[in-house]
This record gives sequence, C-alpha cells and structure tokens, in this order.
Amino acid sequence: MKTMLGNMKTRTNLVTYLVVIAAFVLMQVFNSLGMLSSSQRGYLVPVCVYISLAVSLNLLVGVCGELSLGHAGFMGIGAFTGVVVAAVLKDAVAGDAVRLVLAMIAGGFTAGVMGFLIGIPVLRLRGDYLAIVTLAFGEIMKNIIGNTYAGIDGEGFHMAISTSKMKLGEGGKYIISGPLGATGVEKIATFTMGFVLVMFTLFVVLNLINSKEGRAIKAVRDNRIAAESVGINVTAFRMKAFVVSAFLAGMAGALFGLNYSSMTASKFNFNTSINILVFVVLGGMGNILGSVISAAVLYILPEAMRGLEDFRMIIYAVVLILVMLFTWSPKFKDAVSVAGDKIKGIFRKKKEVGSNE
Amino acid sequence: MNEYSKKMLKVPTYNLLREQDKDKLPVLDVRNLGIDFGGLTAVDSFNITIGPTEISGLIGPNGAGKTTIFNLLTSVYQPTRGSILINGIDTKGMTTHKVNKLGIARTFQNIRLFTDMSALDNVKVGLHNEIKCPFLCSMFHLPPYQKAEAAATRRAMELLDFMGLADVAGQKAGSLPYGVQRRLEIVRALATNPSIILLDEPAAGMNPSETTELMHQIRRIRDTFHIAIFLIEHDMNLVMNVCEAIAVVNYGRIIAKGTPEEIRQDPAVIEAYLGREEGNA
Amino acid sequence: MQILQYLINGISIGAVYAIIALGYTMVYGIAKMLNFAHGDVIMVGAYISFCVTNYLGLPSIVSVAAAVAVCTLLGIVIEGLAYKPLRGTSSLAVLITAIGVSYFLQNAAQLIWSSSPKNFTSIVTMEPISLMDGQLVITGEVLVTVAASIVVMLGLTLFTGKTRTGKAMRAVSEDRDAAQLMGINVNQTISTTFAIGSALAAVAGVLLCSTVPTLMPTTGSMPGIRAFTAAVFGGIGSIPGAMLGGILLGIIETLSKAYLSTQFSDAIVFSVLIIILLVKPAGLLGKQVQEKV
Repeated sequence: MKTMLGNMKTRTNLVTYLVVIAAFVLMQVFNSLGMLSSSQRGYLVPVCVYISLAVSLNLLVGVCGELSLGHAGFMGIGAFTGVVVAAVLKDAVAGDAVRLVLAMIAGGFTAGVMGFLIGIPVLRLRGDYLAIVTLAFGEIMKNIIGNTYAGIDGEGFHMAISTSKMKLGEGGKYIISGPLGATGVEKIATFTMGFVLVMFTLFVVLNLINSKEGRAIKAVRDNRIAAESVGINVTAFRMKAFVVSAFLAGMAGALFGLNYSSMTASKFNFNTSINILVFVVLGGMGNILGSVISAAVLYILPEAMRGLEDFRMIIYAVVLILVMLFTWSPKFKDAVSVAGDKIKGIFRKKKEVGSNE
Repeated sequence: MNEYSKKMLKVPTYNLLREQDKDKLPVLDVRNLGIDFGGLTAVDSFNITIGPTEISGLIGPNGAGKTTIFNLLTSVYQPTRGSILINGIDTKGMTTHKVNKLGIARTFQNIRLFTDMSALDNVKVGLHNEIKCPFLCSMFHLPPYQKAEAAATRRAMELLDFMGLADVAGQKAGSLPYGVQRRLEIVRALATNPSIILLDEPAAGMNPSETTELMHQIRRIRDTFHIAIFLIEHDMNLVMNVCEAIAVVNYGRIIAKGTPEEIRQDPAVIEAYLGREEGNA
Repeated sequence: MQILQYLINGISIGAVYAIIALGYTMVYGIAKMLNFAHGDVIMVGAYISFCVTNYLGLPSIVSVAAAVAVCTLLGIVIEGLAYKPLRGTSSLAVLITAIGVSYFLQNAAQLIWSSSPKNFTSIVTMEPISLMDGQLVITGEVLVTVAASIVVMLGLTLFTGKTRTGKAMRAVSEDRDAAQLMGINVNQTISTTFAIGSALAAVAGVLLCSTVPTLMPTTGSMPGIRAFTAAVFGGIGSIPGAMLGGILLGIIETLSKAYLSTQFSDAIVFSVLIIILLVKPAGLLGKQVQEKV
C-alpha cells in the first residue's frame, strides 16, 4: 500500500517533468523549422518566467495555504538585482550564459533575503491579514525599487534612493534611474535558460513537497494546533516556504528583467501579483502540473487575442469568472452533471432500444 | 537536575507520585496554576505532580476545566498564574511545539488528525523532529535524508504495529473508524518520544470491547515506553481500573486527589460528581 | 498654519477613504469576502454621475441619485451572478472571481468611455471658506465629504443597531449557520449588504472625483486598495473602525507627502499599516478572536 502511494507520487512528478521537457523540445523544433513568428518567439521566455512564478506561488498558496498578494514584489527585486548584477559583471565574466546564471542566483538570493526579513513580522499573521500585509509589502517594494538609482563609473558601483545623492563620475552609466526604471539592458535571457529555470523550480518545489518538510507543511495546513502539539514549529515552516518561494520568484524575475531592454518598477505591481495568483488558483491549489499548464495557457491567451483589440481583456475577465463558477460552484457543477446525465440517458435509451431489437 | 530533585523533597508536594517514583524527578510538576478568560476564572490553584511511570486520571463534571488544564499544560493557552515544570524545566512563555520537545505530547477531545494524509504519514509528522537532517539536505533529497526517511518509516510502522494499526497504515486518516482514529492519535503522540502523554477522553465514542482493549494498551504503553500517562475520561470503569491516582476537578479547582479507592469514597467527589450519577440511577 | 491646511486636506481625502472603507467593511464583515471589485464600482458611480451631468445636463443632485441607483443595482447583479453561486466554497475562489469582476468593470468602462481621462466637474458649488486671511482654505468639497462620511457612519451604526435587517446582518456576520437556523434569510441579507456597500461606493465615487477631478477606468482601483487598507487598519468589520482608519490613512498620506517624501508616500502608508497590524493584529478597533481547542 505504502509503496503504491509513493509510486503514484513519483509518477505524477515524472509526468510533470516530462510535460515540461516535451513542450521545450517541441518549441525548439518549431523554432528551428521557422514556424514561430518573432512575436511568438518573444513569448517563450516570459512563459517560462510565469510558469516558475506560478509554481513558486503555489508552494505558498496551494501547499501551505497562505494567501500572498505580493509575489510580484519578489519578482521585481529579482529583476532589478539581476539587471544590476549582469551589468556590473559585464567585463568581469565572459560568457553570457554564466553571467545570466549568476544574475539569476543573485536575484533569487536578494529576493530570498528580503523574503526572510519580511517574513519575520508578517508570518505572525494569518489568513486575510497575511494577504493584506503581503499586498502592502508588494507595494512598498515596488515603491522603493521605483525610486532607486544605480550606476557604474570609473570608481565602481553606486547606488542611492534619490537623484541628489546619486553622483556618477566621468563616463558613468546609469543602470537603474528611479521612476524611469532600468534602461539599455542587455537582453541575455534565453529560452533554454527559461527551461532550466522551470526545471529547477519544479525540482525544488516537488522535492520540498515530498520531503519531511512538505509533510509538515501539509500537516500545518490541515490542523495547525495538532501539528504544533507534535513539535512542528509552525512559524519556522511558514518561513522556510516563504523564503524558498521568494527565492524562486527572484530568480524568475532576474530572467524576466534580462529579457527586455527596459523596464519600470510599475510592472511589478498588485495586478501582476494577482495574475500569478489567478494562474495558481485556476491550475488547482497544490497542483503543480496544473500551475504549469494554466500559467502557460493564461499567459498566451490574452496575447493571442491581441487581434480582438479592446475586447480581449473583457473576454478574459468573462472567461475567468465563468471558469471559477464552473470549477467551484456546487450549483453549476450540479447543472453540468445533470446535463451530462441527461445526455448519457439519451444514449442509454438508444442502446436499450437497440438491444431490444 | 539533581539539586532540583533534592529541593523537591523538602517542599510540600501535592503529589500523585507513585511510591516507586518518589526518589525520581517528577515529569510534570504544576504549581498554583490558574487562567482567567476575561474576568472568568476557568482554572484556579491547580497543583499536581506526576511521576515518571505513573498513570493518573483527571475527572470532573462537564465544563469543570479539564481540557483547559490540558491546553495550559501544552501551552496552547498561557496561564494567568502559576508555573508548569516539565522534566524540571519551566514552560513559561514557551510555544506548543517547544513544550512538546521538552517531553509532553497529547491527543485531543475532538480528534485532530491530519485527515488528508495516510495514517503512516500522520505518524511520520510526529517523527518529524527525529528525522535529523538539514533543510537543504531534505529539500534536495540527498542520501542522508533518504536514509533518515527510511528509518522513520520503519519506526512509524513499528509504532503503528504496537497499537495494532499496521493494517491501516496506507489509508487516509480521515476515512478511518472513530476508535481507530483515537488510537492513531495516540500513536502520533508517542512518535514524538514524550516522557508524559496526555490523553483527552481516549475512550470517547468507543464500544465496550474497544474500551477494554484500550485499557490494556494504555498499560502496555507505560510498560513499554516507561512514560507517564495523564488522562481525562468520563468512562469511570476505565479510570478506576487503569489509573493509579486520580485528581477530581470542579469549577476549575481540585476538589479531591488520591487512589481510585479513596476517590470512590470521598464525600466531596460523591457530592459534586459521582453522587449526582447515583442520584440519577 | 501649513500643517493645519495639510491636516484638513488629509481629513478630506480620508473621509472619502472612510466612505469606501465603510462599504468594504460591511461586505467583509457579513459576506466574509475580500471584494476587490469594490473600487471599480466607485469608478462606475463616478462615470454615471459624470454622464448625467455632462450629457443630460441634469443638476448634480440628480446625478448623484442616478449613480447611487445604478451602483446599487450593479452591486446586486454582481453579487447574484458572480458571488452567490460560490457561497460556502473556498474564499480564494470568491477572491479570484472578484478580481475577474474587477477586470470586467474596468475594461467595460474602457470600451464605453475610452481610456482617456475625463475632467470631472465637482458636484459641490459652495464657495471655499477662507480663514486667517486666506492662510487656511476650506473648500466646499471638504465640508461636504466630511459631513457625508459622518452621516454615513452614523446611519450605518443606527441601521445595524436598530433595524430588523441591520440586526440580521450582525447575526449573519457573527455566525452564519446559527443565523440561518434562527430563520434569517442569509442570502437576502448578504444581497442587501452588497446593495448598501455599492450605494456607498457610488457616493464615494462622486466625492472622490469632486476632490481629485480626473476620471479614468482605473480611477477606482488605487483608492479601493487604500480604503481596503483603511478598513483593515481600523479593524475590518467594525463601522467606527473603518471611519477611524479612513481618516487616519488620509492624514498619514497627506502629512507624509508634505513632510517626509513625496516618492515614498506609498511605502510610508503601507509601513504604518504593517506596524499597526503587528501591534494590534485585529486592527485598531477590531475584536481579537481566540481559536477554540
């Protein structure tokens, strides 16, 4: 019995990895055959980024049951750290791929540290209050990033949070200039790296879920008081999940930042956090493969509907509401199953008639 | 620790200590414990001392504050007054999980299992702190972690087997029959390697044969693990048969303490508790 | 004198937050859901008022009445179509649906009224009052907004305290199942709550745009989030709490913009929120509930 359960777990995990690998190979083939337009090629990296974000948020929301509305804040921290690190290392590190990896690790690390610092006060709260405070932190992070100046000159790296304090020497170059955001970013993000990121995120999250930590996290969600009574340090677990989730979001953010020549902090606002949350909820809470698929589909859907101009977001909104109603509402479910039964009934009658003959 | 136990002998104790445990440090030593909920005193002047291998009972009418006392002992509530010492260490200000690490484990009156997990995983959550492995090691499933995890599975199966639950190891905890769930909760508590285990109405919802079985199991737990057991129970047959000492509470205060024999004859108890039942009968 | 003027400005914007927060707090307290579409109902209210005054040329009082009527209806429709079917399921599902509704309203508004900002004419025609030789100016908007917020707060307090429907609301917010067993029509009570919340949103929308006269499809979202913060600030579910939270938030926002930093005002406001929640996890006037074991 036990081994069967174990096998089932590893099998769903395997399926998840295989789906991602297959999608990657397929995209690479399409790309090499020239079947992708340049705008379609442009979606490849962001899709990977959003998949990683959704999977990492699912760890927090789906697996731990902690509603976070500030995921984009960690993404933003990762993005700007990544951009700065990539720019600073331009002369020191030769290969773009190595530089990209270093930038992503740095982005993840900064976001993780930030997650830890934020987690100390925030994780004392629960439920909706936690959601509100993460929302607040998301806005604070966006606000701070949006007023940060960073640049390099002959003397090295400079950083400040106001123009007056920011003094670059002769030949200095701004990497981030406050509300204008990062400009002149070297686009070193690649689809392959996006694939690696998704695989790494999946590896970390799936392993975590299936480890003793994952078991404890599930126990805490199921029954907090019982979990505490058997020696589970609830706060420590929420913290671990929070930091891991922030770290992964930071890595994804770094890749995202290095995929565009310019970006502003307003990209990482409440709406982006909400979009990632929508991916998670529609993909299924705690369902990792679901997050992967829904992030990919829901990211591409509005982009693919660009032809519909003004109507596309309205359609998206309606689809979102209908999907929520159909997946969650007991009434709708009943209606669907009743309709299903009727159709089945018709077929059955036909069959019976047929057999009678 | 030693000095503490010497001091212990000098101060007057409110003990339920068994003769054989007299020279040892008590696992649980509660002094003048009390809690108020916004002006309402739920528990007051509660004193008790429990020895290392003692089976003791806590009885009293409904609403007497028995479960509140368990919640205080496990730091679910912080007491307003008094102190709790577990293995000689004051639990003041500690969280529930820390208190568990000091050696106190419990079950719940309204069963609190992890319903979506298998019975085995429920026990393995109890073994969590026994699986000693750093976070990154377990996150990346490195060999030391896999080894520790396999050992934990073996240990969990042993414990389940001990309570006769090996057959249901793979089943979802929430789908198990009531009596089995109660026993699974005991196994989960035992997995944390406690020196005292608190059972909150372990026989509630069990049929007479299950209750008899439970009585044997309670004794067997004590004899196998050499731990103390402190239980709340309404089934007088179980309490009188299993417990070596009993404390009776009413309105949050202890009204009597002693052996089952003494309790049976205590006029205060008869009046407050047993008497009413006799009157009904 | 400068500080007094800032205080007045803060109270003015705070009073708008308070009216929005009162709507939020009613809905959260009774339906137990974070209605992220509330801010967009505000925007719809403002557009309706704008259209009635500018295209139909009717007096402002009629425009406010029209906005209230349309928003009340909108609130009932949204609740009935999108939220009611999900009652009793995961609160996250309702949250996401609310976000869907918010997207819908914003984009529908964009289709109808286009995304270019409209210049909202204030509904208040009162002359500003100048005090201390013009050093201190109190505009008509400030007086009307503050008066409106006080009236709304007192009205709601009386309504929930004295009327049958109000008492039913309190019962539903306390314990939905018990209320149902006592014969209270829970669904109807929640619908009424949405109607009231949306009517308040319409009033808030008109007053918001009278104070800050740019009207766009996204006008409602940031004040919505702010007001929501204010409701949490004061203790969500508490009527005086929402009022207090709204006013305090407005004052903190204005003062921090004036004296600390314009760029970091968002960060400051949200930091204060976090600090308050850490010190008083249920907000300033909220009730702390202990979990039963």
